[in-house]
Amino acid sequence: MAVQSVQPSEGPELVQLLTPEGERVEHPDYSIDLTEDEYRELYRDLVLVRRIDTEATALQRQGELGLWASLLGQEAAQVGAGRALTGGDFAFPTYREHGVAYCKGVDPVTLLGLFRGVNQGGWNPHDKGFQLYTIVIGSQTLHATGYAMGLQRDGADGAVMAFFGDGASSQGDVNEAFVWSSVFQAPVVFFCQNNQWAISEPLERQSRIPLYERAKGFGFPGVRVDGNDVLAVLAVSRAALERAREGSGPTLVEAYTYRMGPHTTSDDPTRYRLAAELETWKLKDPIERMKAYLSRTGMADHDYFAEVDTAADELAAHIRAGCLALDDPDPITLFDNVYAGGSTLLDEEREQLAAYLGSFEGAH
Amino acid sequence: MAGSTLTLGKALNEGLRKALEDDPKVLIMGEDVGRLGGVFRVTDGLQKDFGEDRVIDTPLAESGIVGTAVGLAIRGFRPVCEIQFDGFVFPAFDQIVSQVAKMHYRSAGNVKLPITIRIPFGGGIGAVEHHSESPESYFCHTPGLKVVSCSNPVDAYWMIQQAIASDDPIVFFEPKRRYWDKAEVDPSAGAPRSLWDAEVVRAGSEVTLLTYGPSVKVCLEAAAAAETEGRDIEVVDLRSLSPIDWKTVIASVRKTQHAIVVSEAPVYASLASEIAARISEKCFYELESPVLRVCGFSTPYPTSRIEEDYLPDLDRILDAVDRSLAF
Repeated sequence: MAVQSVQPSEGPELVQLLTPEGERVEHPDYSIDLTEDEYRELYRDLVLVRRIDTEATALQRQGELGLWASLLGQEAAQVGAGRALTGGDFAFPTYREHGVAYCKGVDPVTLLGLFRGVNQGGWNPHDKGFQLYTIVIGSQTLHATGYAMGLQRDGADGAVMAFFGDGASSQGDVNEAFVWSSVFQAPVVFFCQNNQWAISEPLERQSRIPLYERAKGFGFPGVRVDGNDVLAVLAVSRAALERAREGSGPTLVEAYTYRMGPHTTSDDPTRYRLAAELETWKLKDPIERMKAYLSRTGMADHDYFAEVDTAADELAAHIRAGCLALDDPDPITLFDNVYAGGSTLLDEEREQLAAYLGSFEGAH
Repeated sequence: MAGSTLTLGKALNEGLRKALEDDPKVLIMGEDVGRLGGVFRVTDGLQKDFGEDRVIDTPLAESGIVGTAVGLAIRGFRPVCEIQFDGFVFPAFDQIVSQVAKMHYRSAGNVKLPITIRIPFGGGIGAVEHHSESPESYFCHTPGLKVVSCSNPVDAYWMIQQAIASDDPIVFFEPKRRYWDKAEVDPSAGAPRSLWDAEVVRAGSEVTLLTYGPSVKVCLEAAAAAETEGRDIEVVDLRSLSPIDWKTVIASVRKTQHAIVVSEAPVYASLASEIAARISEKCFYELESPVLRVCGFSTPYPTSRIEEDYLPDLDRILDAVDRSLAF
């Protein structure tokens, strides 16, 4: 691929390999060289991940989900990070990492159970190396650090990626995770999607300095990457994971991006931010720039884009059908799995509820 | 191996040593647990023998201790976390209540967290604030946690091993003012009972004292004193606080028809309250008097110079026995 030398658009500290206009640029520390198939696959991932999100949002609006946390605008950050993860790596997500889940091979339908209210995470974390969603902000960064310490003790090859956001950077647990991973040189990558907003609070309410610069105070490197540039995110994430696997300790990756939608379907961002800001970020759309790059270089044509759109339609149909098939659990199962070893107290309460429910049988 | 006389603290140390020997996945982690051997020396010598990767001196951050233990447990380890003092558990409260307690439930049983959280608890050692508290009710109130407390060296030795072997997360309360109490411990004898069983530590016919941890000894002393006045008091060491061995509790109360719960924790909305409520439900027709609670008052733990007035002591227990029998 011919690579043009263009100054990145967000200042020299931002790692960028693909401009918003879809032009390839060089960076002194990070590079990427993929096959044409791999470039096309990244585009396909971005489109499919966005489709997962738009379909789930539609399902919420139609009353099939109680809530949805949209990732709209963060597709490149999640696909770049998700595709950098290999089989032996373990991801610890927030509740918005639908794109990472997709890259890890988790069926999007299973993500919906939590938001539909039929379970609290429908997948086994051990199957794909993808922990359940964590809703309490930042808690999972400590879990990720502990898992990484476990990898060290097992002499395993893998690394861990901890996902969190700009708001979580203020949490004690995140800062403790930074201390621990640094002190123990744990093989963990802290992947912060700075989407500029913690519900209604802007980044300025969380930090007086760029988030990636915080890493220095904890004793490990931080890097800010254009979170809407899937190539740059992939390159930076791979380097950070490799560094972790080599035993050189943690890295903080700040993926500089934007939450195009509301915090969740229950939120109304018009109350706290200007439409003009959204318009500015639309010009940096992660999918459009990749599409422009593929078109400009001749790596993909109309037929390919149409084929990806068809695949997205099929995925959406799969998600919709899967969602509608997620039935309510039997009430008596609310006692299941509170304890691995059971509980005499719960046995008694289960019998009470069963008897109570049974008293209505035959009645109308 | 023949029995030997051990303090409660040393019995815990020997139990931890055995757990480390038996299962390479067992880890010990906490502040000062390694080189120093813990501020109460409960982990004395373990880092020297099992290495820094298994007996981990952690940064000074309780949420970090428990939060990283969660990740280690997901990876397949069995972490034993030490919280240095009762009053320091609250920085870790979020991780314990929201993560440790709920993970097995929300993962539909796919993720087990066999974590033991050791907490020295209770007063009576003349300490400054935050070093004498009894926070067990918070943890008993949290579904997904199991909560136990040992009262003597024999239980300390066996219960800590049973807790570590459990696939459920367990909060393990150690009666810190009993760390120096001694008893004969025989490792070859085998565990005398299940971790979840209460024990009738003194049989009696007139009143049941239901208690645990540091108050077991106080209750036994009260029962001995009452005997000189011709009173026949039964003392039940609950041992497991969540779940409670209701079968043993109810059988005792049905026999004596008088029940008093003794605990150092503030009385309001406490574990003692739950015990009193359940006895009222299960033994309504057998009871000859209301269930009484002799507990800490509903205040912050007081300054050490007046802590003896806060703690349930022999006289307050005997006063309650009189009131119960006179009802």
